[in-house]
Amino acid sequence: MGKFGKKNKVSENIPTSALPDIIFMLLFFFMVTTVLRDQEILVEQKIPQATQLQKLQKKTLISYIFIGKPKNTSLYGTEPRIQANDALMNTGDIVQWVNQERDKLPEADRGGITISMKVDKDVKMGPISDVQTELREADARRVLYASVGKVLKD
Amino acid sequence: MARKKNRMVQEVNAGSMADIAFLLLIFFLVTTTIASDKGILNVLPPKVDPNVPPPDIQKNERNIYTILVNANDDLLVEGEYRENANGLDKDVKAFVLNFGAPDEESIALYNSLPASLQAEARRDPESSDFPAEAVVSIKTNRGTSYEKYLEVLDLVKKAYFDIYATRANLSTDEYRTLGGKNDAEQALIDKGKEGIAMQISIAEPDKLGSN
Repeated sequence: MGKFGKKNKVSENIPTSALPDIIFMLLFFFMVTTVLRDQEILVEQKIPQATQLQKLQKKTLISYIFIGKPKNTSLYGTEPRIQANDALMNTGDIVQWVNQERDKLPEADRGGITISMKVDKDVKMGPISDVQTELREADARRVLYASVGKVLKD
Repeated sequence: MARKKNRMVQEVNAGSMADIAFLLLIFFLVTTTIASDKGILNVLPPKVDPNVPPPDIQKNERNIYTILVNANDDLLVEGEYRENANGLDKDVKAFVLNFGAPDEESIALYNSLPASLQAEARRDPESSDFPAEAVVSIKTNRGTSYEKYLEVLDLVKKAYFDIYATRANLSTDEYRTLGGKNDAEQALIDKGKEGIAMQISIAEPDKLGSN
């Protein structure tokens, strides 16, 4: 027993002088990786899982479209709706929206515009096919079905 | 006199620095959403010009691998009912690499394949002639769930990526993350794809049995 007592006396506390540095490092990491949300998502978003995910090299080319059941069902109903930017829109407005998004890009990149479709799991193919028809109409044919990685069981 | 004053306050008290940093850290932790730009890439067909009639493509039935998904998320693959999509990737792979009736060019392609892919060729006369002819067709219903559609598309893509990766001597995951940033990566991508284009046709969903 005596042995233990002696040992403890030698070093009593951990040096904490490096703690602020470590915290700052973490802080900077999160500051750099953070993307502050500039839009509120008005539709439900349970992104489906998939295995064959690909990453796009140029993130500036991506425009997002959200499809899902509205969160505020009393105001917007329960049928899946489309959201782009900040507001819900109808299928017919997609062409105009795509053209607006394309105009934001530098001229050389306009052909490569990619629409990332963030679609809720529970949406049926009907609305999605309508959206795709509109995207074809707007000649924005590169589509990215946003999905999260699936953990394989085998 | 001024000098003396300066000496008295020599350093700022930095003891609470960690607390301030912690506060900021917690703020960023809470507000962070790590942006995920991952997904399955798909290129839609060009829009149909009403003045130009659609090209009448004569394709042998055996060169088209049809996958139908109905409103109940049941599958009909090549005329056979399936309860789930398990193993679809292997079947698609076997279909693409069938080499039922290869022409001269595709015999050369066949000879260039690694042995593990050559072994996949069943030379079934009822299946695809050679990879360049093979088309995988996915047709859904308006009532099919998006999740099922994505699962099927995912598996078909997996079949192709498996083939590409084996040709480029990489694992499937490694091949998929190749970005083509430099010539070496681009060369690997091309090596995988050469002669075996990813031909996935996604038909317009039909309207039966849905809203």
